[in-house]
This record gives sequence, structure tokens and C-alpha cells, in this order.
Amino acid sequence: MATWQYYHNSSTTNDALKVLKNTSESVKIISGGTDLLLDIQQGRHEEVHTLVDVNTVPTMHVLEILDGYLHIGAANLHRVIAQSPLVKEHAAALATASGLIGGPQVRNIGTIGGNVAHALPAADGTIALLCLNAQADIASSNGFRQVPMAELFLGPGKSALKPKEEILTGFDIALRKKGEGSAFNRTMRPQGVAIAILNLAVWISMRADVIADIRIAAGPTGPVPRRLTAAENALRGKTITDKTIAGAYEAATGEVQLRTSRHRATQAYRQDVLGNLLEKTIREAAVNAGVKL
Amino acid sequence: MKFTVNEKEYTMEPQPGEMLSTLLRERLGLTGTKIGCNEAECGVCTVIVDGDPIVSCTYPSARIDGKEVLTIEGLADWYARHSDKPIAGKLHPLQEAFISHGAVQCGFCIPGQIMTAHALLNEHSEVTSDSIRYAHKDTLCRCAGYPTIEGAILSAAKSLKTGKPVEPPHCQSSGKPLHSVGTLQVRPDAVAKVNGSAIFTDDLQFEGMLHARVKRCLIPHGFLRKLDVEAARALPGVKAVLTAADIPGRQNHGLFTLDWPALVGINERVRYVGDAVAIVAAETRDIASEALKLIKAEYEELEVVDNPIRALEKDAPQLHEKGNTLKHIKVRKGDVEKGFAASEVLVEHTFHTPTTEHAFLEPECSIAVPLANGRMEVYVGSQIPYSDREQTAAALGLEPEQVRVVGQLMGGGFGGKEDIAGQIHAALLAQAAGKPVKLLFDRHESLLVHPKRHATQITVKVGAMKDGTLKAVQTLLYGDTGAYASLGEKVMARATTHSSGPYEIEHVKADCYAMYTNNPPAGAFRGFGALQGQFAIESMMDILAEKLGMDPVALRRKNALKVGGVTNTGQVLEDSVGLRECIDKVDAEMRRLGGKNPFKAAAVKEKPDCRRAWGFAAAYKNTGLGGGAPDKAGAEVELRLDGSYQVRTASAELGQGLVTVLRLIAAEELQADVNKVDVLVMDTDLTPDGGPTTASRQSYVTGNAALYAARKLRETIAAAMAKEWKCKPEEILLKDDNVSFASNRMPLSQVAELLKAQGADTMAFFEYNAPETKPLGEGGNMHFAYSFAAQAAEVEVNIRTGEVKTLRIVAANDVGKALNPLGLQGQVEGGIIMGMGHALTEEYIVEKGIPFTDHLARYRVPNFTQVPEIISQVVEHPTGGGPYGAKGVGEIVSIATIPAIINAVYNASGTRVDRLPVDQEKVRASFSGGQAV
Repeated sequence: MATWQYYHNSSTTNDALKVLKNTSESVKIISGGTDLLLDIQQGRHEEVHTLVDVNTVPTMHVLEILDGYLHIGAANLHRVIAQSPLVKEHAAALATASGLIGGPQVRNIGTIGGNVAHALPAADGTIALLCLNAQADIASSNGFRQVPMAELFLGPGKSALKPKEEILTGFDIALRKKGEGSAFNRTMRPQGVAIAILNLAVWISMRADVIADIRIAAGPTGPVPRRLTAAENALRGKTITDKTIAGAYEAATGEVQLRTSRHRATQAYRQDVLGNLLEKTIREAAVNAGVKL
Repeated sequence: MKFTVNEKEYTMEPQPGEMLSTLLRERLGLTGTKIGCNEAECGVCTVIVDGDPIVSCTYPSARIDGKEVLTIEGLADWYARHSDKPIAGKLHPLQEAFISHGAVQCGFCIPGQIMTAHALLNEHSEVTSDSIRYAHKDTLCRCAGYPTIEGAILSAAKSLKTGKPVEPPHCQSSGKPLHSVGTLQVRPDAVAKVNGSAIFTDDLQFEGMLHARVKRCLIPHGFLRKLDVEAARALPGVKAVLTAADIPGRQNHGLFTLDWPALVGINERVRYVGDAVAIVAAETRDIASEALKLIKAEYEELEVVDNPIRALEKDAPQLHEKGNTLKHIKVRKGDVEKGFAASEVLVEHTFHTPTTEHAFLEPECSIAVPLANGRMEVYVGSQIPYSDREQTAAALGLEPEQVRVVGQLMGGGFGGKEDIAGQIHAALLAQAAGKPVKLLFDRHESLLVHPKRHATQITVKVGAMKDGTLKAVQTLLYGDTGAYASLGEKVMARATTHSSGPYEIEHVKADCYAMYTNNPPAGAFRGFGALQGQFAIESMMDILAEKLGMDPVALRRKNALKVGGVTNTGQVLEDSVGLRECIDKVDAEMRRLGGKNPFKAAAVKEKPDCRRAWGFAAAYKNTGLGGGAPDKAGAEVELRLDGSYQVRTASAELGQGLVTVLRLIAAEELQADVNKVDVLVMDTDLTPDGGPTTASRQSYVTGNAALYAARKLRETIAAAMAKEWKCKPEEILLKDDNVSFASNRMPLSQVAELLKAQGADTMAFFEYNAPETKPLGEGGNMHFAYSFAAQAAEVEVNIRTGEVKTLRIVAANDVGKALNPLGLQGQVEGGIIMGMGHALTEEYIVEKGIPFTDHLARYRVPNFTQVPEIISQVVEHPTGGGPYGAKGVGEIVSIATIPAIINAVYNASGTRVDRLPVDQEKVRASFSGGQAV
């Protein structure tokens, strides 16, 4: 059987929604498709009759400041995001993460919307958006709704989007204010699957040398992408020192259950990597926020 | 939808499930875009859509509506349109630079490399090494000519910017270049490989061609009890479904041991997941795939023997009639017990090497074409065309002469294209259906089915004197040859004979058990056992040096084999032992770069988390089959009526550069312009048997065949012209296009006619028999030549994560004579980078007989960003029998890289890696004491 029978290039989100709703056979939204198509071909995803492409929807390629937020249309390519001066300025963690996904040719196909909608617990783009407290924009026949990133995931590979009714159209990120910054890092294994052993993103707001606010996201740290709130709490109001970072690490290891995954990493090593990434990324976020360390 | 490809407009509708690569290759016939993995991993299929490079294998064709696509076939024209001074037919500077720099080897990845580079240069006029590596990260080259590719791109960028011609490469010729041998010459197939016109097997089309798929058992061990193919036969579009009962001839195939059934029959044993139980030919690949799903097979599953040590146990299930032991191989010299008793220091350690995968970028493809006269043609990229002919004919119940193997360009082989893959299946189906049949493996099938590198367990015990003199070495090896013998016996024999390293040692005892298991078969793979054995002994040499408090280079130098020395098999080395020169050259360069104590871990400025150190290793590797096997090759050289020459032999060109070597040798002997010599290889109807392309033997054995054939032709020409001009044959001078004596001069085209008129033969044939060798255990010459090498590796270890990066490799290889320096450069770079892969990234994982590594995404071959700086020196200690003194170089290079890196990792981190590849968790643990931070 062919990977799909019918391919629809949508002209608008409404057009895409209509085809989603009106197709009686199995139907699925496709963005870059670099995960989805391989999942279907390799038997990890059931066969799909109709693919509804949203790359052709102009509004989903918007990348600009709208109403005081950085709006990133879901069909923006990883390469576009990684190179965007706006993203580098307001969402450094996302620019870095987008530049690390796949390889150059895949970054010219894969999109941020696809990365998020695939709902993997360690998707680089998702983890970055999570620390940036992005709002996800969702279109349906009832109009638009916004959902905080954290509420978008139900389980590994399962998003909260209603498959026949909703489309992820974009993300909104608060503009960077003075003293704010973000960073992203990951550690890979040179053998086997090219999924990060651990990735971690930090958004930070510094008042002089004190952490006024901080958000930390890391994956895979559970069935869904998640924030390390205990670590955040441990750092809020503190200065960045080896000791406060060690405290945050202790809090983080208390709140997440890191797992051993076959041919990728043991739990002990993951825990070790978490400490390293936490320290490195907090410091880089602070530097991005304009603090001299 | 409407779109343009290479500026040509098209209007066509997308087909269900169609990717852009399929549209380009199958509907537009643009086969320059290759498919390496079909899973967005390898970058081979890169084309440019609206200016951006994308992987066309994972890009629905339906997306190109309104877009502009540029493929390799359109690049030269693109350049002409965008150039100030367009010259018709001129190549893009990238294409020119890839040719002149020697960046083209097997050529399969080259369209992807060039298109990726084009996108980069089109966007940025300034490129750097870093920006090239970033852009090419996922454009893999398994020949691993990355450094040369990078040099070619930099040169092309410069040419584009300045408008000046592409600068030539910085590649050294031989120390003593001759007329053509030892000079820099580009490959004869290079232009076709850079402009997309090079045809590989999957690019061929035949009228009415069917597509085959293979039903594999997918269980590691059991009996096939029931098989129902009726539903598959009934599926519309299916033209043939065959089972074991339908094989007209011999059921089993194999290179030496006929133990591998082409199809497993009812109540017969399946021994690994790749065993075939039925084969299907249908009008399309999709129909053939559907038919596979309709075939019902039932098995009685049996205990899985998943490692060689279990296989040797008495109560283990016996996988073959003769048992589980393919071969117990022994090396004996002196008396190791006496040697150990006399030793002042003893060290012992056990090492493990994993199964590894060739990952040639071109998956296996065979096309069988039945002819009206009852003959069968098989189009295939194969390392042993005459063996394919014999094995295919036997299965079909035909005489070998009734089968013609027409070898095609190969997208890499590395030993992995020596065994039968789809040749027999395609031919059986073609015979049954009476139509051409193509059997293309996808990457998944390629990973599951073809023989891999043997996983080994090697225990080494070394006894030495305090001054470093090696007294005794004892090794015990277990090799996992998997379900079928393939070349397992030979591979493990090489592992055993090379297991005490390139050293002269009084007492040696080595025992190896090459065992059948239910894992995928293991066979030939560059390094051929010598790689595994020397990883162990070269690690031991550093362990010993530390225990002795001795410099590891000094320890090696002290024991290194030299002319007159006796190997562990009792061979007295008569000439061509450049080991000490290799060691000295690498040692000097390493210390120039790394200071007086390069083996001490050093902190890194600006990188507080990192430590650096160097490691050292030496190696040797046989040239030729050896061990008493007759080693011969035939070659013909013909003077054609147009005044050009042709060399013909069935030896294989898999990217390594044999055609260039043969062309240089013939041009040398005939004092001809190299461009007037072409080489035809791999056709069993048109070219004489050159023997297998294995054991680093082709430059030596087929090289000699071509040399003597050319010499014979020169003598014929001289004799004929002497008669014509009434002089002595030795007074006849051949030079470029002419033959002359005194003031007489005749162009070669006329000479050819004159020969014909005289009734003389314009073609000379020579069958070269390499010097006789002795079987293992009989002493004497086990091999007729050995290559030697030394390498030093500098690594950087991150103490917080355990991550390892190879920074620099210093290498010296004694190749006897550098016949083809550009090709040699490719072998050195590629060998080092493949060795680095084995040290750091590559592992084919099998769990209880089931491969975990079933997609390319799970097998990491080195990419552009991991490539170290390579500082290579060529050492030329000529060997008496080799053409101009040359010996093999295809395998030696990778062998020393692995222990050099592993020893460097130890020096930087204190972690002795005794199980390849390096596990960064283990390295990290040595810094943290196993504790989290």
C-alpha cells in the first residue's frame, strides 16, 4: 500500500479543517512530515488515507511581532526559526533548539508545529517553547483558542489536539524584557538513535544578580514534556552560585523520575547529565539575559 | 500541479504515496538523484527546492506545485545561466573541484554532496571549514572522503568568487613518480559521477521489468513447518511466487562453504531473521509487497543461540549438520608456557568487539534479464562477478557460461558485496516469469540480511622482559560468524594470525573458535579479522607499556617486525617491512604537535570540562588471499583501431579506484597518455576473471596481470614494427600516440591496422599467478606481502559527560609504492574515518537474534562534523613481486586508528575501553567515581 492515497494542499486553515472533517477515511494533518511519514512507512503509525498539508497556508508562515507577542506560525521551518533575528532576540532557546533538530536538509522540511504536535517527551522545539511559556494557537470550526504549551500533551506521541477537528496554527511568546534571557542545551549519545539523552531549556529573568523568575523544561523527564517546577522554586530569589545550582539539581532529581532507556542511557547517567545541563544552561540563559558571570 | 525541474516546466499529477525522489527518478528519468536510506538520514537524495536543499526521499511530490526543483543533472546548465561568461557544456566549479581533488570515489553520495554544497555556496559567498561541516552534517559519505570533499568545496568557493580556475589539490605524488604510475590522475568515471549520468544498478530500466520482494522468516531460529503462497499467487499483478521446491538447481550457496539456502524449504531450519522462505515478482514493488503479506508461514521456534561461547557449549542446539564450530583455528610458534615462565612481567585482559555494518550507501540491487537463447544476464554491483556467475548458474540449473554477470558501478562495498544478496532470487524469478526482474533491497532489508563484521571476544596474555622484549603472547578468540559461513573461516583466520600484532615474538599460541550462531551472518569487512585482533593486542601493548613504565612507542619500536624477522606463523619476511619508518615518522610528528609527553592528559584552555591526550598504535595486514589459496587474476590489454588501449578484467571497482590503478599501470608499460587507456571491468562475458576483490589484493594481483599483459602487447607491437622498419624490437619506441624508430613514426591507430594486416594479435592476455603461499600451520610464506602502519590519535574527553572527540590523527602507511596517489588519499582518509567510527560510533546491535539496528537511524556512521584533522605520510618500501613494488592499502588504514583512539581515551581519562565502541557513560564514570555530580 502507498503511504497515503490522497494528498491535499490546504489553502487556508478553514480549508484544512473542512477536509479533516469531511474525509470519511483515515485523515491526518501533515506539516513537515519528517517524523510522520517515516512512522507510517516503518509501521509505527497506522496507514493514512488522506494527508492534509498545512504548509501551503500562508498565515501559518507568519513570523512577526503581533499584539506585543512574538507570533510564530506553526508551519515555519526549523531553519527559518533558527536563523530568524526576531527569534534569536526574543527566544534564544528556541533558535538554538531549532538549529539542532535533524540535519540541515531536514530542517528545511520539518516545522515547529510538527515538532510540537508529534508530542514526543524530548522534542527539542517543544522543550524550548515550554520554558518560554509559549501559548499554542489552535484553530477549529468554532474559531481560535489558546492553550498554554504544558496543556498540549496527554502522553508520549499523544497531543491534546482533537484529530478531526483541530489544527495547531502557531505559538505566541512574550517579548523579551530587560534582564530576561533563555538558553537550550542537549546531550546526545554518538551511537544508536538520534534522540537526546536529555535536553533542557531555561528561561530566566534577572534583577541585578538575583533570579527574579525562572522556568526550566527538560525531556525526557516523564510521559509528557514538562517543567521542573521544584528546581525553579529552589532558584527563584537566589543568586547564581554553585551552591544554588546544586540545590536546584537536588530539587530537580526529587521531582522527576528519570528512566533508563535501552541503548540510549542509564538512569544514573541521565541524572548526571541533568546536573551538567542544568548548570550550563542556567548560566547561558543568564548571560543571554545580560548578566556577566 | 505545475512545477519546473532544472528550468523545464512540467504539468503532472502526484501519485499516491509518491515522494519527490520517486517522481524525479521514475517519472522524469532523472536518476542522478540516488536513494541511500529512504529515511531522511543519509542526505544522498538531496535536491534543491526553491533554493533550499531538502531530502527528496521524505518530501511528498505533491508539495512541488508551483516550485522550482534543481537536481544534479541541471547544475552545469544552472551555472552557465548564472555565469558572466557562459561556456556550453562547462561543469560547475564544484563539479570540477570534486573531480580534480579526488573527492569522487564510489560516487553514490556525490550528487547529494554537490547539491548540498551548491545550496551553501549560492547563499554564502564566504564559506569556512565550519560552515561546510554544518551544512553537510547529514550528507553522509561512507568512502568518507570528507576532508577532500571539504577541500574541493573551498576551492570551488574561491573559484566562484575570483572567477579564476579551480585550484589543484594539495596531494602528494609518489616519492618517485614514473611516467604515469605515482602521478595525480583523476578517475575515468569522475565526470559521470559529478553530473548525475553515472548509472548504478537501480537506475537501469528494462522493457517489462518486474519487481521482486523476499519473504523472510524474521525469526532467529526454528523449523519452517507450513508455507501457503496461494493467496499471493492469486493477487492481480503477481507474476511469480517461488519457494524452495521451485529451485531447479542447487539450493545452497556460499563463497567457500555451501551452507546458505537461497530458500528454506518445508521442515527445514531457518537460522536467522533474514532467511528467505518465498520470493515474489510482480508488476510493481507495491504489489510485490502486498503479496508478501498474503504469504502465510508457520514455524516451530527453537532456542536462539545468540553468542559464540554459548554455541560452543555441548548442550547448545546444533545449527548445522557439522555442528556449531565452523573452524578451530590455531597458530603455534615456540612454547608459550616456557615463554611465560621466562617472562618478568605478565599482563592479561579480555576485549570485546561488536558486530558492525558496512553501511555502503548504495543498498543491494540485482536485475536478472532472461535472454531468448536461454541465457541469463545479471546486472549487479558485486565484488566477485565470477563467483556470482557460478552461484547463480548452479541455482538455476545452468552451466556457468549460460549466465552473464554484468557488473555495475557500486556505491561502496567494503567487503559487504562479496556474498550473494539478491542475484539468485532475481534470476530464479526471471527464469520463472520469463521477464526481467529487479530485486532492490531497502535499507531495512540491507541491514537485516547481508553479512556483517564478526563480533569477537578476545583474551590476550602477554609475557615480557623488563626491558620491553616480548617473550610470549597467547590469545583466545571467539568469533561470531552468525547463521552462515560466508568468509567466516578466512576472516577469523586473519584475526588469529594477526592477533599478536606486527611484532617479532619468540613464543605465540593463538586459538580461535569461529562459531555459528543465530545472528545475521558475518563475513568480509575491510580489515577482515585483522582489525579485531589488533584492537586487542594494540590495547595490550599500552597496558604492558604502563606496567613496564616504558614509553609505548619505544615498546613497539623495540619489538617491531623487520626484514629478516619471523612472524607468528613462521614466515621469514624477505623485503618491504616499513613498520619502523612508519613508527618513527608518526612518533616525530606526534611529538612535534603534542610535545614531549603527548600521552599525559592535558587541560584545555577555555574548556575547563575537557582533557586531551594522544594515543599510539601500529598495525599490519596481509596483501592477498594467502594461506595456500591459489591467488591469480587475468587481464587483457588491447590496442584498438582508433589508437586507444583498453584493459579488461572482471575485478571489481567499488569506489576504491582499481580502474585508475589499472589504467596507470597499462599507460606506464605502454608509455601511453593515460586518457587513451580505458578500463572495462566486471563483465563475465567480456572480461577475464580477476578473482575476488578482497584481501587488499587487486592492485597487486590484477595490477600485475595488467602489467604483464601490457608488457606482452608492447612486445607484440615492437616485434611487428621492427619487422616493418627492419630494426630490432628493442629499438622501437612507444610514446603517447605514436610508435617510432629513428625518423620513422607511425600513429597507434595505423599500428593497430598493421598488426591486423600482419595477422598479429592486437590483444594480449596474461594470467598472473601470485607467489605461492603455505597453509597456516606449515610455516613458510603465509602471505606474499604485508602492509604496515602506525598512527597517533589526539582525543578530547569531556569530563562532565564522558563525550569523546577525535581531534587529530597522524598516520603513516607503508604501501610499497603509491601507484595512484589521489586514490590512496581516499583510502587513507576513508580508512581512518571508518576506524574512528568503529572506535566511537558504530555498533550493530542484535538482541537474542533480533537486530535492534534495523534502520540507518540506529547505525551511526561518522558524519562531516566528527572528522578529525588528518596528517598522513606515505611510506614506500617496495615489495619485490608487486607492480612497481606496490602492495595493498584497502584495509590497513582502519586497523591502527581504533587502538590509537582507544589508547588516547585511556591516556586522557584513565578509562580502559575494552569493549567497542566507547561508551561515554563509562568514561564519565571514571571522572565521577560512578557518582552523580
